[in-house]
Amino acid sequence: MNATASVPGQHGATAGGPQVGRALPRTEDVRFLTGRATFVDDLKRPGQLHAVVVRSPHAHARILGIDATRALALPGVVAVYTWGDIASIAQPIPIRLAPLEGFERYLQYPLAKDRVRHVGEPVALVVADDRYVAEDALDLVDVEYDTEPPVTDVHQAEADGTLVHPDAGSNIAARYTVSRGDPDGGFSRAPYRRRETFRCHRQAALPMETRGLLAEFDAMQRVLRIWGAAKVTFFNRRWLAKVFSMEESAVELLELDVGGSFGVRGELYPEDFLVPFAALSLGRPVKWIEDRREHLLATNHSREIECTLEIACEADGRFIGLRGRVLGDLGAYVRTNGGVVPAKAAQFMPGPYRMPDCEFEVLALMTNKTPVGTYRGPGRYEANFFRERLIDLAAADLGMDPAQIRRINLIGPDEMPFPSGQLCPYEPAIEFDTGDYPMAFERALAETGYGEMLKAGNVAADGRLLGVGLACFVESSGAGPSETGRIKARPDGGIDLFTACSASGQGHETVMAQIVADVLERPVEAFTLHHGSTTLVEFGYGTYHSRAVVVGGSALHRAGEKLLAQGRAWCAQHHGIEPSMIDYRAGRFLRRADPPAAGGEPAPLHPGTFAEIAALADAGDTSAAAAIEAVAVFEVKKRTYTYGTHVAQVAVDPETAEVELLRFLAIEDIGRAVNPLLVHGQAIGAAVQGIGATFLDELVYDDSGQLVTGTLADYLVATATGFPNIEVITLEAHPSKLNPLGVKGAGEGGIVATGAALGNAVAAALAGLGVKITDLPLSPERLARAMREARTRAGAN
Amino acid sequence: MKAAAFDYLAPRSLDEAVEALSQHGDDARLLAGGQSLAPVLALRLASPAVLIDLNRVEGLGILEIEADGSVLAGAMVRSRTLELSPELARVQPLIHAAMPWVAHVQIRNRGTLGGSLSHADPSAELPAVAVACDATLQLRGPSGQREVAAGSFFRGLFTTALASDEILIGVRFPRCPAGRRHGFAEIARRHGDYAMLGVALSVDVDAASRISAARVVLFGAADLPIRASAVEAALIGEPAVSGIAEQVAPLATDGLEPRSDHQASAEYRRELARVLVRRTLAKALAPGAPSGAAR
Repeated sequence: MNATASVPGQHGATAGGPQVGRALPRTEDVRFLTGRATFVDDLKRPGQLHAVVVRSPHAHARILGIDATRALALPGVVAVYTWGDIASIAQPIPIRLAPLEGFERYLQYPLAKDRVRHVGEPVALVVADDRYVAEDALDLVDVEYDTEPPVTDVHQAEADGTLVHPDAGSNIAARYTVSRGDPDGGFSRAPYRRRETFRCHRQAALPMETRGLLAEFDAMQRVLRIWGAAKVTFFNRRWLAKVFSMEESAVELLELDVGGSFGVRGELYPEDFLVPFAALSLGRPVKWIEDRREHLLATNHSREIECTLEIACEADGRFIGLRGRVLGDLGAYVRTNGGVVPAKAAQFMPGPYRMPDCEFEVLALMTNKTPVGTYRGPGRYEANFFRERLIDLAAADLGMDPAQIRRINLIGPDEMPFPSGQLCPYEPAIEFDTGDYPMAFERALAETGYGEMLKAGNVAADGRLLGVGLACFVESSGAGPSETGRIKARPDGGIDLFTACSASGQGHETVMAQIVADVLERPVEAFTLHHGSTTLVEFGYGTYHSRAVVVGGSALHRAGEKLLAQGRAWCAQHHGIEPSMIDYRAGRFLRRADPPAAGGEPAPLHPGTFAEIAALADAGDTSAAAAIEAVAVFEVKKRTYTYGTHVAQVAVDPETAEVELLRFLAIEDIGRAVNPLLVHGQAIGAAVQGIGATFLDELVYDDSGQLVTGTLADYLVATATGFPNIEVITLEAHPSKLNPLGVKGAGEGGIVATGAALGNAVAAALAGLGVKITDLPLSPERLARAMREARTRAGAN
Repeated sequence: MKAAAFDYLAPRSLDEAVEALSQHGDDARLLAGGQSLAPVLALRLASPAVLIDLNRVEGLGILEIEADGSVLAGAMVRSRTLELSPELARVQPLIHAAMPWVAHVQIRNRGTLGGSLSHADPSAELPAVAVACDATLQLRGPSGQREVAAGSFFRGLFTTALASDEILIGVRFPRCPAGRRHGFAEIARRHGDYAMLGVALSVDVDAASRISAARVVLFGAADLPIRASAVEAALIGEPAVSGIAEQVAPLATDGLEPRSDHQASAEYRRELARVLVRRTLAKALAPGAPSGAAR
């Protein structure tokens, strides 16, 4: 990737040239790397109490009674809350996204009322003087359960024999069909069709820092403060204010440093109600820190989808269409992310190809497992695996090279913007905005030496089996509705930036400063970003869908331009000059020579910087005060779409089923990289997360609905040394036309096709043995079984 | 994930430690490196009333290498010390070969030889190495000291010959004779994880280049490290060449009833046992493979 500074443009007289495009290290690094970051557990309030959650040990049971007498008798225990304590005000966890029809029957209250539906569901909250005592008390809350049979997979769910929510009458929380083109016609005339069933496994996003909250009611100011907020602070505040019958302005959600989110941190969970509830009830600060075991049980899971997919092709390999059935396992409750995961799988099923005739039936199914939410590339990782795997199977049937079948079907640059139809019931029809998909694909083949890799053959010198896998993707980013940016200049020369976009380690403080630095022609160091907390701007939507730079950055860019216009107007009035005669360079307004043809140098104005104007504002000048602060809203009309290709080469030991990743390349066009260094980190991190997820991560439930992989000794994640051979290339070939920066989201393209490329690579390696890869993860146990079964079949023939 | 309350004792001498243990018996747990015990306490899988910390006990950290190449290692010798000792690498090459496979450097810095053996995780490396080396374990209780061969120390899943009032204080590894070949290999999900299956082996080769003795130990396969006795028996008297591996490896699963879990089924473990025994034996017997204690 190009990690050097861009060519200076015509504008942007910031010292050292434009800041957008520079690979600057994170401003945040100093505090992160020297142990001076403040995560929620670092915060301590005077007199704070500690909460722990009593969680269901059963996948499915009725609650016959809860007796907290023994727990309350333990010295140091302050309170135990159960359903009865919250019943008068409790409301179900709301659906923030993807509210499919019927979902209202499957919502969760912050504490179980009379039935638990997954292991780990909150049943009671214990509050005590310290965390140790609180955990001692967990065993002393006596809950009487009457267990019921659990529903542990989508087929059992769809059969509706046992009901997760008996009152709802069905485990099918939603069912819909979407289509484009003429699927019936296309499939009936197709000379070639192939259908397969694929499965993607349940995964955890697993941020390094678990969830945590510290809530305190400030009786003097009548304000409820909640630290530990992340992701979508304004939405959560609105709901909490309503539930607690408080003014929104009396509830503050405050963001500290956040050690990763990947979509799961910061959603509204039961604890987001319970912890402030306890703080309000007790009049004391209450802290809750999720431990890793709780995290694996209680924080959103994701990705578990089974998909039966059929492809139709012309005899020459041109795609006619896709149709299929998406069974999404949503777990025990519909929570804030609604039906995003299966819905996005269906919407992105056609991928970056001409695929005229499509039809997908989507079922959102309830099971007695942890509820599902969004995780980096929700639905896309899954859909890309299903489709790309099926394309390779079709290519083999048609005697085509996997590269060639993709080459002839990728959407071309002359087809942009490309209408992808309405394949999601709660969204309008979408169109891919800009791009040259074949260019990125050919670049990936060239960079990896695709032809050379194939020539190396299928068997390595050491007897291992070699395989190369390709996968192409298109990925949406920059969701609406809007974001607000606020900028305020200080007399000391500093400029404060405010955004509702939360940060969880991405480097927003650096990139937002770079964006506004170019507008206001000031060094990056002059800017301080304040983010996330509900005290900073009027409203905002937060950080998800790779939208913070696209939407939040564009809003700050606009606010910067607005501030510049205000400064110019103020100078014009103050100095009695026509605005058109005022220049702005390197942070100062200047009087242009009159006439310009005279060739005189522009004269600096005093006051003529935002710091000088801010000083006047401080001295009581109301017009100056109005000039130094600007607020702008950036509204999203359409989303941006990145695209790219992943290439993987693996060596599989046919005897031990071990897989070594020899080579992995992720290439993605993100339009424009505000900070190539941070984009590079995002892409590498996403790739490792996806590669690890494809080989290692797997949330396993047994038949009784117990989570088998309940600690990090059992739930395996990629470690720093696990996958050393990863390359990423970030392209800036086709900037978006939908925002002033030309940017598209950069956080998810690195992960979305990992399962697909790796699945195809392992399948290619094992094709000669007669092994067919349809399920993830690519664990040695699974691969060994597939090879054993293939040998048995071969022996029987 | 906070441990339940416990009393903490930090004896300075072995006698004090033994006395403390005999006083508290089953209510007490011994703390060595804490790499397995600390998570167990945090998860409240165990809630001992008393924790007896062996870290301050004098004399348990010794690593004595005798002139004949035999080794006496104290129970509190850290894994990292075993790994990095050049003398140990010379006289006990099998131990040296196994150490990089024991968890991660950070864990090896704290984890101890005695802790690993006493914990008796069926998938751990050191118990298998102790059996393959025919080590002798020294146990100290209130009635004195006794010695138990590694081969009879391990009794089952996390179960050993230690009585509830006994402490493992040291391990004696006999001399590694000239002509001994060794091998170590394991398959884990990630490097540093407990093995799904592993093998530690030693093969003694006589002057006529025939195999005179063999110890082939599988770990991760069953509830304790077990010797593949059919493989061992088939090796005796055979010429010490790699080709023998192919012939005897299928016997690795004779009588083996492997464990089954979500990481590895019994069938997969059987396959791994045969493959690993074949590959490790072939490598150990290959021309030019290291032989005996280095001179």
